[in-house]
Amino acid sequence: MRTEFLTIFWRDMLKFFRIKAMLFTSLIQPALWLALYGISMSSNFDSIIPKIPINQGVIQVNYLTFMAAGVISLTILFTCLYSGITLQFDKEFGLMKEMLASPLPRSHILIGLSLSGIAKSLIQTFIILVFGYVLGVRFFNTFSLMETIFSVLGILLFILLFAIGLLFLSSTIALRLKTHEGLQGVITLLSLPLFFASNALYPITSLPLAIKIISYGNPVSYFIQGLRYFTLGSNFYSFGNYYQYSSFDVLFALLFLLGFAISTYLFALRTIKKVKIV
Amino acid sequence: MVAYEITVEGLKYQYGKIKAVNDISFKVIKGEIFSFLGPNGAGKTTTINVLTTLLPIQKGKISISGFDLRTQPDEIRKSIGIVFQNETLDWNLTVEETLEFHGRLYAIPKKTRKDRINELIQIVKLEEKRDEFVKNLSGGMKRKLEIARGLLTRPKVLFLDEPTIGLDPNSRMRIWNYIKKVNKEGVTIFLTTHYMDEADQLSNNICIIDRGKIIANGFSEVLKQSLGMDVIYLQTDQDEKTFKIIKKMKEIKNIRKTPSELMISVEDGQKNMPRLIEQIRTQGIEIKSIYLKKPTLDDVFIHYTGRYFREEKKKKINI
Repeated sequence: MRTEFLTIFWRDMLKFFRIKAMLFTSLIQPALWLALYGISMSSNFDSIIPKIPINQGVIQVNYLTFMAAGVISLTILFTCLYSGITLQFDKEFGLMKEMLASPLPRSHILIGLSLSGIAKSLIQTFIILVFGYVLGVRFFNTFSLMETIFSVLGILLFILLFAIGLLFLSSTIALRLKTHEGLQGVITLLSLPLFFASNALYPITSLPLAIKIISYGNPVSYFIQGLRYFTLGSNFYSFGNYYQYSSFDVLFALLFLLGFAISTYLFALRTIKKVKIV
Repeated sequence: MVAYEITVEGLKYQYGKIKAVNDISFKVIKGEIFSFLGPNGAGKTTTINVLTTLLPIQKGKISISGFDLRTQPDEIRKSIGIVFQNETLDWNLTVEETLEFHGRLYAIPKKTRKDRINELIQIVKLEEKRDEFVKNLSGGMKRKLEIARGLLTRPKVLFLDEPTIGLDPNSRMRIWNYIKKVNKEGVTIFLTTHYMDEADQLSNNICIIDRGKIIANGFSEVLKQSLGMDVIYLQTDQDEKTFKIIKKMKEIKNIRKTPSELMISVEDGQKNMPRLIEQIRTQGIEIKSIYLKKPTLDDVFIHYTGRYFREEKKKKINI
């Protein structure tokens, strides 16, 4: 098997750890979301939301724990969407010429980058988990050891699909746009509906219809669904809402993300095969 | 028999309606330094981009190192090295990492990769900059690094697109020396340049391209001689009388008199200058100074593009 994609992965990770400002901000940002937004909102919500009597055996999840999954998705969303910018810079500053003139299959550029996207996402998720625990996020609360291990594997799988889907999406946009200034604008614009028209910070059920529709077609929603299932369990109360996830729901979410990753990959591959450098 | 490393037949490349390369053919001999000389916008970079598989081939037939460009582009990619016109370096990598990245792109085995990187860093004298970030290198060093990178895969052909553009005279000389050295190791060099002196310095075989067409192709000396325009500058104590004498000589193409000297256009100046001197001396005229100026590639270029422009005009009138 050809493993040249590891070269692309190697370079991207080298730069991730080397450019200290990038490393520092990408690790601090999710922690700040949890600390600032999470703490302030949960101190409000947890006092406002009446303690509805809940069924025996169903756990009540505090808002901070509820939105921690949202922060993970937000972080991965931004990291991966912005990772495509690398390709734009490579194109603009000529580095891509070196890659395109080499025998490296073009798909390897995408695969290499998606690997580094996954790696960055995992590092960030780990930081959120640790920092979140310090602040009071309680994941895997009622889980047995086996359940926890199973859940971690599930989380890894969801992160993998979500991260590469986003990466291929941003790669496609990056390769099609001419300037990195334009790209930054498009990515920022795109990230807003992706994040807010989802169940990241609040339940979908009470959203206005239009936003609800978007959120049902939004990979972010399905990622979070999977994430909550694997961290909080199949039924819990939070934010005044009763959540129940069946195995079918989780499987559907998984297939949705798989479809998302495959379709964005095909788009990205088509785009990168057409890239001409003059 | 002469072996060719590159053969190009009837290459055409169009950007929309603009014909950047318009039906060119040429051959590069194995082991030579071949110069592709022309002004900016002549079609040099387009040609090099097609040859290096960066642009798709539209019309024509190209073979490099025995591989056909249409059917075996990957084989060609493996057997060539490229130094692009504009810098293509990652500023956040070190010198060594830059080479390491390239070696991995071409899947060179680890041991070989390490050995070659060490060797090349020495050759281009960047030993002390090994762990330096690319962003901290000077322009000349960056170029040397790019040349080293181009050589990492031990290519049969090294493509250099304007290798000394924007460098100071000292760095240019040094880069020229590296190019010659690399060539001596057996690497065929394909060079594009818009500097006449560069083409003249480095290569024997020169192809002059202008507006997408090849207007002259051949060995530098042959090209210059083809102009038949050596000029002899002559000062004597009796210019008037000399003028009359040499006017009768059949080798002389043209004479012009300036207040200080005679400018004599002559074919094959080296051969005819001694005869000229003899003729004048036998008439008892004293020569104060005499020198011969061979045409430069600049003259060749002006000569050919001049004719090219005139032909173009004629065509328009005919229409």
